[in-house]
Amino acid sequence: MANNLKIKKVLLLGSGALKIGEAGEFDYSGSQAAKALKEEGIEVVLINPNIATIQTSHELVSRVYFLPVTPYFAEKVIQKERPDGILLGFGGQTALNCGLALARKNIFKKYRVEILGTPLSAIRNTEDRLLFRQTIENLGLKVPQSTLCRKLSQVNDLSGKIKYPVIVRAGFSLGGLGSGVARNSQDLISISQKALTQTPQILIEEYLEHWKEIEYEVVRDSKDNCITVCNMENFDPMGIHTGESIVVAPSQTLTNSEYHRLREIAIKVVKNLPIVGECNIQYALSPIDGDYRIIEVNARLSRSSALASKATGYPLAYIAAKLALGYRLSDLRNQVTQATSAFFEPALDYVVVKIPRWDFLKFKNQDETLGSEMQSVGEVMAIGRSFEEALQKAVRSLDLDFEGIISDDFDKGKLRPLKASPDRPYNIAYNLFNGQSKKDIYKETGIDYWFLDRIENIVNFYKNMISESSDGKPTETTLLKAKKLGFSDVQIGEIYSVADSEIRNLRKRHNILPKVCQIDTLAGEFPAKTNYLYLSYHRQKHDIRFNLPKQIAIIGGGPYQIGSSVEFDWCAVNCAITAKKNGYSPIMINCNPETVSTDYDILDKLYFEELTRERILDISDLEKCPLVVSVGGQIPNSLTAKLAESTVRFLGSNPEVIDRVEDREKFSALLDSLKIIQPLWKRLKSKKEALEFAKKIGYPVLIRPSYVLSGRAMYVAYSEELLSRYLATSDSIVSSEYPLVMSKFIRGAKEVDFDGVACKGKIVVWAISEHVEHAGVHSGDATLVLPSFSLGDEAVEMIKENTVNIVKALPINGPFNIQFLVNEDGRAIPEVLVIEGNLRASRTFPFVSKVLGINFIEIATKVLLGDNVKQVKIKRPRYTGVKAAHFSFTRLRRVDPVLRVEMASTGEVACFGDSLNEAYLKAILSTGASFDKKAALVSLGGMEYKQKMLQGCRVLAKMGFALFATNNTAAFLKLNRLKVKQVYKVHEKKRPNVIDVIKSKQVSLVFNLSDRDDLGVKEMSLELTDGYQIRRATVDTNIPLFTKVSTANLFINSLYKLKPEDLKVKSWCEYLATIQPKDKTEKL
Amino acid sequence: MAEKGYLKLENGQILEGDSIGSSTEVAGEVVFSTGMVGYPEGLTDPSYYGQILVQTYPLIGNYGVPKETKANNLTEKFESDRIQIRGLIVSEYVDNRTHYEAGQTLKDWLVKYKIPCLSGIDTRSLTKTLRDKGVMKGIITFSQTPIKSGFFIDINRENLVPFVSTAKQQIYGNGKIKVLFIDCGLKENQIRLMLKYNTTVIRVPWNYNPFLDKKSPLFDTVFISNGPGDARKMPETIETIKQAFSRKIPTFGICLGHQVMALAAGAEIFKLKYGHRGQNQPVMEVESSKSFITSQNHGYSVVEKTIPADWQVWFVNLNDGTNEGIRHKNLPFFCVQFHPEANPGPTDTEWFFDYYFEKVRQWLTI
Repeated sequence: MANNLKIKKVLLLGSGALKIGEAGEFDYSGSQAAKALKEEGIEVVLINPNIATIQTSHELVSRVYFLPVTPYFAEKVIQKERPDGILLGFGGQTALNCGLALARKNIFKKYRVEILGTPLSAIRNTEDRLLFRQTIENLGLKVPQSTLCRKLSQVNDLSGKIKYPVIVRAGFSLGGLGSGVARNSQDLISISQKALTQTPQILIEEYLEHWKEIEYEVVRDSKDNCITVCNMENFDPMGIHTGESIVVAPSQTLTNSEYHRLREIAIKVVKNLPIVGECNIQYALSPIDGDYRIIEVNARLSRSSALASKATGYPLAYIAAKLALGYRLSDLRNQVTQATSAFFEPALDYVVVKIPRWDFLKFKNQDETLGSEMQSVGEVMAIGRSFEEALQKAVRSLDLDFEGIISDDFDKGKLRPLKASPDRPYNIAYNLFNGQSKKDIYKETGIDYWFLDRIENIVNFYKNMISESSDGKPTETTLLKAKKLGFSDVQIGEIYSVADSEIRNLRKRHNILPKVCQIDTLAGEFPAKTNYLYLSYHRQKHDIRFNLPKQIAIIGGGPYQIGSSVEFDWCAVNCAITAKKNGYSPIMINCNPETVSTDYDILDKLYFEELTRERILDISDLEKCPLVVSVGGQIPNSLTAKLAESTVRFLGSNPEVIDRVEDREKFSALLDSLKIIQPLWKRLKSKKEALEFAKKIGYPVLIRPSYVLSGRAMYVAYSEELLSRYLATSDSIVSSEYPLVMSKFIRGAKEVDFDGVACKGKIVVWAISEHVEHAGVHSGDATLVLPSFSLGDEAVEMIKENTVNIVKALPINGPFNIQFLVNEDGRAIPEVLVIEGNLRASRTFPFVSKVLGINFIEIATKVLLGDNVKQVKIKRPRYTGVKAAHFSFTRLRRVDPVLRVEMASTGEVACFGDSLNEAYLKAILSTGASFDKKAALVSLGGMEYKQKMLQGCRVLAKMGFALFATNNTAAFLKLNRLKVKQVYKVHEKKRPNVIDVIKSKQVSLVFNLSDRDDLGVKEMSLELTDGYQIRRATVDTNIPLFTKVSTANLFINSLYKLKPEDLKVKSWCEYLATIQPKDKTEKL
Repeated sequence: MAEKGYLKLENGQILEGDSIGSSTEVAGEVVFSTGMVGYPEGLTDPSYYGQILVQTYPLIGNYGVPKETKANNLTEKFESDRIQIRGLIVSEYVDNRTHYEAGQTLKDWLVKYKIPCLSGIDTRSLTKTLRDKGVMKGIITFSQTPIKSGFFIDINRENLVPFVSTAKQQIYGNGKIKVLFIDCGLKENQIRLMLKYNTTVIRVPWNYNPFLDKKSPLFDTVFISNGPGDARKMPETIETIKQAFSRKIPTFGICLGHQVMALAAGAEIFKLKYGHRGQNQPVMEVESSKSFITSQNHGYSVVEKTIPADWQVWFVNLNDGTNEGIRHKNLPFFCVQFHPEANPGPTDTEWFFDYYFEKVRQWLTI
């Protein structure tokens, strides 16, 4: 039926590292596309350096290139693979931009590659704002009034003539980078200035304040058949990026004529562009008279399309890929009913609420104001039969310790600020509780009364419960109503001062239990063949049967956040796939719409649900199957202890064993008994104790809470002064209830990750990866190398021995990760210390699995299922894999872009090479670094760094780099006979200063190594130091920045050793094929 | 605490809900609709006459109900001048009138027309019951003891059209093309759209036969509207259409009108298990393979194999393969099962009216 039968091989472009504005949704869309093509017998070749993705697997694609998604490498792959077609719409803006660049260079014509799906002309018409505007206006449709500016002088001319407020929009960028609202000419100029450094042109537009923001997901086939799969309404009005807003599907406040008029316009636009496949159209809709403006069209799969797919059960990416091959929509089946047509529009009989997840806490200086730029790092989705139910579920899914939209933490009578921030929805509830009128809230926020009514509904019932609570336990009626409004047992328990378990028992006695509902895309009109499920208290019957043979329930990773991201999705999905292959029936519980693990296709049952004890018990009461808690990262791991109090069964290591590792004291005692050393540490209950202990063990010291995820609130104090200042200013309280853990911070040590799987206390597979950065950089931010590149044999032996002993002693049964510090400097016998252990799959599992060509999760799953797994033969590869972190500092307006113990990266890439240098350089390029000019800025704090970077600077000079340096560094380099251009620091108040040099892009690399003291003071006092300003300007100008001596030297050395043509274009299987059976097997 | 009300089904099931509308006891046929918007339009669609409507979308009332204004003797925001359903069943009623068009809440409106409504019903389970067992007779009552009316009525045993059709002839517009509009329970948007094509719409009662009326107004084309119930109960209308066919007058029909035309042509109709009611029904034009999303509200369908040889299948439903439209191979007779006038629902097939009047113009100039 597909008309395009000549297509035998297709190149698919991925989106690279997860970053703010481009996250896991593109693993989902790419995986779906790969699946759709594979079904047609088409060979799929993928370029994506994001090693933790599910799409980079041989189950989905024929060949993977872990290479940067850039025109240079894409051309090389095209040259080598000679694909018949290419898909540009499944890898986000990265893939689209790469495709546009390739087209400009005529690469597709040269190699006769057909662009499948939406034609380039349509992509250009949507990407270029001026063309877009013309296209829409030619159709007689409305866009916001706007003016295009390419130069700041044009903005200056305009600034006096226009009506404010206006919004500044940057073209060709992810998630509205460089955009902002200006209320006066001063704002306008400063925002435009920043935007124009990121993009060649900006649009200054009428600002549609308090207009509703509505989106439609539209699908069209090449024969002009067109549908809108879903519409969505933003909780926040215009002005807040849709990625930053709570989003509801379907729209709630639109009448029939509004809904269908916007739908009609969407179809008109899409047919005229024309799109083939999927796109998203965004509108502003006036709440006063229903007038509209078309804001933008994304001619590709997007974050919204992933959300819409999950919200409706309509697999947009899968269908879009089929349409790109020439299918008609009516040729394809509805994937849920398997009986009806894919040409249909889902009817929902539930409400979907999405809430973004921010991680501002990780960034001390971050300005938490939300606006037209995206800053969130992830999102959750919740499904309910009422808005209240879905909203409160979503709130709990965020993993932020909120039990609901309203909490009991009150200062009576006070009102909280309502400026757009992550806390605004909670503040609205709080202010309603304290008597602020909806009218006032509406005036300030522009959030539709409908939404305010719903929140008020929750608040009012909360008040009722409070007044009822004086009479004892909640009544049956109250309980049922509370559950229908989405209150958790924990919160009800708090109100009535009883344990949540008691509320649970009370509910059970009254038979108030949630019912399992199926998403069938047709609101009950046709039966569903798939089990895409959610729970609701608005039902009286279940839709499905439970407790089927050989079921296991896997708890997924929850929302993407800093420290927990696509790698755990890979683990969860691979666990499910392995279970299925081995005759088990996998159930997944997860709440993140950006994931593959929430694709009902790969599972027997998908519970799209909050990851809370209450909900998991609800599911486990029904399904009565064992749980897997070790493949979804920290959220399921932390839930284990709470779940273990009930009668649930776990697969893998015992909950007691998990606790022995999670609990610092217990773990420490175990290490002592095994004579394994660890950095000196102590749990401290007062500030005084802290200062005393620090003095005893000596500075620097590392401070952190227990049960850490990505080192939240971690801090290194280099001196007593800094520690005192930390204790004085820190928000965290040091008390017996909230103790502080302090440990000796070991400088200059190598850091090592030991990833493995054990079967009943015996290690069956393992990998030892070495960090390039020395201890002090969070392992999630560090550059990892496998196999290790500098560890001595002796250290490796000690690491293995320690691990074998720990695994045996516990005993571990399943996946695990242990982190070591290695001190080799000038020692005959290296010192090996254990710093952390996790009885779960770690973030490095996909990396080590793919580098070694051994799927660790597959092995771990077999262990969990009770197989007697034998030790796997591991061969040391002849190539090197390097994993590098990707940072989204550009999007975090005030954050200091420097690496430290606190994790800051939003994603990662990994590349392969015949040498460390080759793999590293590819990885750095994959994180988006580019340098076209041979000029570098060097700013080195302290003599130690100057000495350590001297050779690097010499090599740069030798390669012909012009060196710019700040005064002390310049003097030092001159003394060492290097030619340097001296630039002023900002505080010297002379021009051109270092910021001018960066912003005017006179340099294409920046090396900024700061004195630790400088960093420490800065963290405390929020001072705008020179170092901070240099780093900030560098990331704001998109120039690669190095802040660690180890990576700076590795980078310079790699550049020196390798020419571009030395970066080999080899697929993953070509690397794996170099591992020979006769190679020596690694021994434990 | 809200008053309790009960939906009793003929299979013995009793569902308890909170009373939202009027406390009037009613009996009717229980059907479900899957549309997510458009309750003011839907509830005033005369095709729902005699039915207790279950909304599968769980939140109903979200944007209130518009003011009941009229222009040119037609309502502006509704499909007829009253609520046509017997009763409404929802999962959650939302009391709202903050939308700029809202003049009242849904509750106020229901009470005004004495329509009962139950909220808090598990509408998904109910819908699944209707899907599996077929549409059922039901009663909305407010007492737990056996109800006064005591019986379930089968609305399909009688002809429902007289209850919703116009009593007397009415004229709209003053255009060139004269449409004899047979009102079987029309949706007013059909007239509103027709008036855009330089027409005069002569709205006549369902059983009016111009060929028997010496004083009949002049007309160029016959149109038969949608309406409730079983078309086989309307021999008078079928006869009128047969005569229009024999006189080769361009004839067009929607929904019930489609079934009347099929019967007049000699085809048969059958009752669907649970009908098509919603705004997401996919249909395909057989000849071009073009697909459209349509608004539908019907319980009967034309038996495809009984369509006479001089007619052809025009549209089919992509979900269940049932007939969605037929047309004569040579003459300007055609009709569709779906609602090209939308309201509520998608406007994909509004081109239909272009097509209709284009055909009429062609025929008249020949």
